[in-house]
Amino acid sequence: MIPAPFDYAAPSTVEEAVTVLADAGEDAKVLGGGQSLMPVLRMRLAAPTTVVDLGRIPELRGIREEADALVIGAMTTHDEVCRAESVRAHAALLAEATHTVADPQIRHRGTFGGSLAHADPAGDLLAPALALDASMTIAGPAGRRTVPAAEFFVDFFTTALAENEVLVEVRVPKHTGWQAHYEKFNRVAQAWSTVAVGAALRMEGGAIAEAKVGLTNMDTVPVRARTVEAALIGRPVTAEAIREAARDAAAGANPGTDANADAAYRTQLARVLTARAVTAAART
Amino acid sequence: MTETVDRELGKARTRKEDARLISGRTRWTDNITLPGMLHMAILRSPVARAGIGKIDTDQARASSGVVAVFTGADLAAEQGSLPCAWPITEDQKSPNAPSIADTTVNFAGEAVAVVVARSAAEARDAVDLIDVDYEDLPVVLDLETAAGDEEVIYPELGTNCSANWVFDSAQAGSGGDVEDAIRDADVVVRRKFRQQRLIPAFMEPRSVLVDPTGPQTTMYSATQVPHILRLMLAMSLGVPEHKIRVIAPDVGGGFGGKLQVTPEEFLTFLIGRRLGKPVKYTETRTESLLAAHHGRDQIQRLTLAARGDGTITGLKVELLADMGACLRLVTPGVPILGAFMFNAIYKIPAYHFSCTNVFTNKVPTDAYRGAGRPEATFGIERMMDELAVEIGVDPLEIREKNWIKHEEFPYTTVSTLTYDSGNYEAATARATELFGYPELRAEQARRRENGDPVQLGIGVSTFTEMCGLAPSRVLGSLNYSAGGWEHAEVRMLPTGKVEVVTGSSPHGQGHDTAWSQIVADRLGVPFEDVEVLHGDTQISQRGMDTYGSRSLVVGGIALVKALDKVIEKARPIAAHLLEAAEDDLEFTAGSFGVRGTGAAGVTIADIALAVFAAHDLPDGAEPNLDSEASYDPENFSFPHGTHLCATEVDTETGAVRIRSYVCVDDIGKVVNPLIAEGQVHGGLAQGIAQALYEEAVHDEFGTLTTASLADYLVPSAMDLPRFTTDMTETPATSNPLGVKGVGEAGTIASTPAVVNAVLDAVRQFGVRDIEMPCTPQRVWQAIQGGSK
Ligand SMILES: Cc1cc2nc3c(=O)[nH]c(=O)nc-3n(C[C@H](O)[C@H](O)[C@H](O)COP(=O)(O)OP(=O)(O)OC[C@H]3O[C@@H](n4cnc5c(N)ncnc54)[C@H](O)[C@@H]3O)c2cc1C
Repeated sequence: MIPAPFDYAAPSTVEEAVTVLADAGEDAKVLGGGQSLMPVLRMRLAAPTTVVDLGRIPELRGIREEADALVIGAMTTHDEVCRAESVRAHAALLAEATHTVADPQIRHRGTFGGSLAHADPAGDLLAPALALDASMTIAGPAGRRTVPAAEFFVDFFTTALAENEVLVEVRVPKHTGWQAHYEKFNRVAQAWSTVAVGAALRMEGGAIAEAKVGLTNMDTVPVRARTVEAALIGRPVTAEAIREAARDAAAGANPGTDANADAAYRTQLARVLTARAVTAAART
Repeated sequence: MTETVDRELGKARTRKEDARLISGRTRWTDNITLPGMLHMAILRSPVARAGIGKIDTDQARASSGVVAVFTGADLAAEQGSLPCAWPITEDQKSPNAPSIADTTVNFAGEAVAVVVARSAAEARDAVDLIDVDYEDLPVVLDLETAAGDEEVIYPELGTNCSANWVFDSAQAGSGGDVEDAIRDADVVVRRKFRQQRLIPAFMEPRSVLVDPTGPQTTMYSATQVPHILRLMLAMSLGVPEHKIRVIAPDVGGGFGGKLQVTPEEFLTFLIGRRLGKPVKYTETRTESLLAAHHGRDQIQRLTLAARGDGTITGLKVELLADMGACLRLVTPGVPILGAFMFNAIYKIPAYHFSCTNVFTNKVPTDAYRGAGRPEATFGIERMMDELAVEIGVDPLEIREKNWIKHEEFPYTTVSTLTYDSGNYEAATARATELFGYPELRAEQARRRENGDPVQLGIGVSTFTEMCGLAPSRVLGSLNYSAGGWEHAEVRMLPTGKVEVVTGSSPHGQGHDTAWSQIVADRLGVPFEDVEVLHGDTQISQRGMDTYGSRSLVVGGIALVKALDKVIEKARPIAAHLLEAAEDDLEFTAGSFGVRGTGAAGVTIADIALAVFAAHDLPDGAEPNLDSEASYDPENFSFPHGTHLCATEVDTETGAVRIRSYVCVDDIGKVVNPLIAEGQVHGGLAQGIAQALYEEAVHDEFGTLTTASLADYLVPSAMDLPRFTTDMTETPATSNPLGVKGVGEAGTIASTPAVVNAVLDAVRQFGVRDIEMPCTPQRVWQAIQGGSK
């Protein structure tokens, strides 16, 4: 599997990267951890003229804690996210979801920013980012701008990133003390989600005070299960109440059909997995 | 008299080849680089059926590093047709099977043009610059539609049906008339099963390197069959056989997928000779999944007739088998191997088997682990469970009622094979004990009663298989073009070390270790002193290679024969050195001594040195101590076993989890339990994969949509349960080691065990069958449909 020839650039600052991208024109491609891009290049599904490697830019790497948010650099690897105490403490849903991504080898190379920029609807980190109301910092020729997750994911493999822009970091509001679970359903251990559901709950006196629920692979973009969230608030944690709330999990989603699942089956999975995710989150 | 002491046989030695393999001191074909070597890349058809119009290669020829570009027209005069060694009927229809498409393409992935360049990257880049006009033709994909001949792929053949092969027990005199049995039966079970198309998915992609610069043309290939390959190159391309040398270096898996003579091998050979330079071709993973042969792909219509008490009275089998676009090496024979296995371990008084082989616009099918036997075993073992349900008895009970009893061996079956030995009672008793059968049945009942969202199912598979391919006269009677013998050579080196040569060509099985164990015991030499050579037609000059669980059962016996010859040749030398009569000598633990004296004798190593120096040999004795032997098995061997699977089916999602898997196999004498268990584990993984995960899927245009390992779901250790394996030992009586073969057992047995278990869990919802692979969606939909 040999990719088509391309020029390679490895800038050392974000600004330099943006300049290189602008100079290279529309056939340039940003390289993060390469876990999605390299297969695409090797199978010659894409043939960019220039590949701009972000791997040498220190600013893009690492997790910073601010007063009310965690700021995760786009080039932070899945493994680093999994291991970070701060993520576990303030964005447990993200930690849970990242653990389910691929295998250890891929988690050591693949990046948080790369996953979000790639915007595969089956990717596991999109729904948690959406559910936790994350926002994305983007650098381009005109400087930096911030886009909320709800606007970042535009379509199937399409985000608010323009071709000459770089995702710099992701701001995840702290959800300290929230309980979370990511329930993933796939066909083999290494596979992407057929459907997955992430649930984060703030519990008060045994009842659900606040709930955030995100669905993976139920549409061309991640979906926020607002109906479920509303139905859960104030409810005690009983199987009956959770099942009731999860019944319309797929409301508003427009699930597609692929080799693993058709729309009706996805709708069923969303319902079942939502109940399971909420139940597990409430128990943790 | 020769006495052997089993010190090595039965010992769970770790494999002597592994240290080298896992530390990367390997010689895969793709690792081999020769001076001046060129690289080849192939342009493959994106469409499944089309006339080829103009092919524009100008840009490719002008591209950097390109040495030559070839199309079908350039090679038409010399490429001939790829060989099929198994015409199953006199009137079998077979289209031309070109290595590179000439005027039409007939499956997506077929070679259309070849680029040769100085580097692999340059060759690959130039492939993208070739422009082909395809004149689309209607594609024929569905097996049943193809058989109806609405659209005929090869007008010159007049039909899509290649051959129809029939066995009938009434005609053969081995049983009654099946139609009578069906008419008179108390119970008739009819089912239609689909054996989905599978991809062998070996880990090392195929690679071939041809060096035309020596006195012979040498081909290195990732093949299971170097000897067959050499012969076929000679016969099909008209190159004298003695001018061809084939080497199979380290080969990374095959599972039948490398039991082939491939278009890529022919193309590399022709082009290497044309250019007079070494040329290498290594396929990509996608090419491997797309263009290497596939397996299975049958539609089975089965009718099982029985008395009210569950005694089987007849079995009728009607198959449609997908050949793909043409016939490869043994394509047509694969479903026919199943003809002898549908009756399995059961006493079936009347049997009819018919199979129609059909062409479609897909890559050809051919041998894949088990080849015909997994399909048959699936069919009959699913039917046994259905019969049990119909009659209302336990699936183990229905099997016991019908199987051949231990004391009835040797037993000639309705399909005319004679099973030499077996003990189905013992294997089943051990398996049910390890499984905790009654306890699991009790839990199943509890879950059913409570309406648990997770339901438990128990699946049974009591299988046998015919291994040790094969007695040459049987192959002859089936119209197979070659024999089924195997060859071995033994060379005693002056220092007492032993070189043995085997014609069976390993690709992961552990021959080096097992053969060394056999030699060590037979000759009484240390395990470490044995070197096993194979896979090069100039070293291993004769052989029939590795497939069909034949290596130990046929090749191992050839080795034993050759070892015995060496001992017999050594005997007169020993007598001479000991100044004793030959008749007074006994050979024990590697040493000749005078019987009854207990005095020190001469070891085989002493003799090896003596015959090398040759200073003091008996008159007329030849220097050196070597031997060779060819062995043609007198019968197949018949391993068997009882496999039990418990699945948990999540009724809300349709997900299937294997809760426990127990198998007790009987492979006769076990040379190396560790290797045997490894074969069982790998086999189980592949059989379970067919039941739950794998399927080659084509879209309506005939494009393979599962052409990557992200889409073709090969399960990993993460997806598989902890296997509980055990063995009973009922030695084969047809060979001196008592061995039966284990390479395919796990694959053959496990698929029906798993599917039976899934159905056992969901039959309560009205589900009658679920197509393989039993994906979560299919299981969930079946439950929804069934309960409506
Ligand atoms: C076998 C396998 C299994 C996998 N399983 C899963 C799974 O179960 N769940 C899951 O979620 N993912 C899975 N992945 C994908 C993995 O998570 C990747 O890490 C991720 O999709 C892409 O991240 P990356 O850093 O490798 O990005 P790359 O592959 O480098 O890039 C992906 C895309 O994003 C763009 N991009 C990358 N970084 C930036 C940036 N900072 N700014 C702008 N654009 C950028 C690239 O241009 C490219 O278009 C799997 C991958 C493999 C190979």
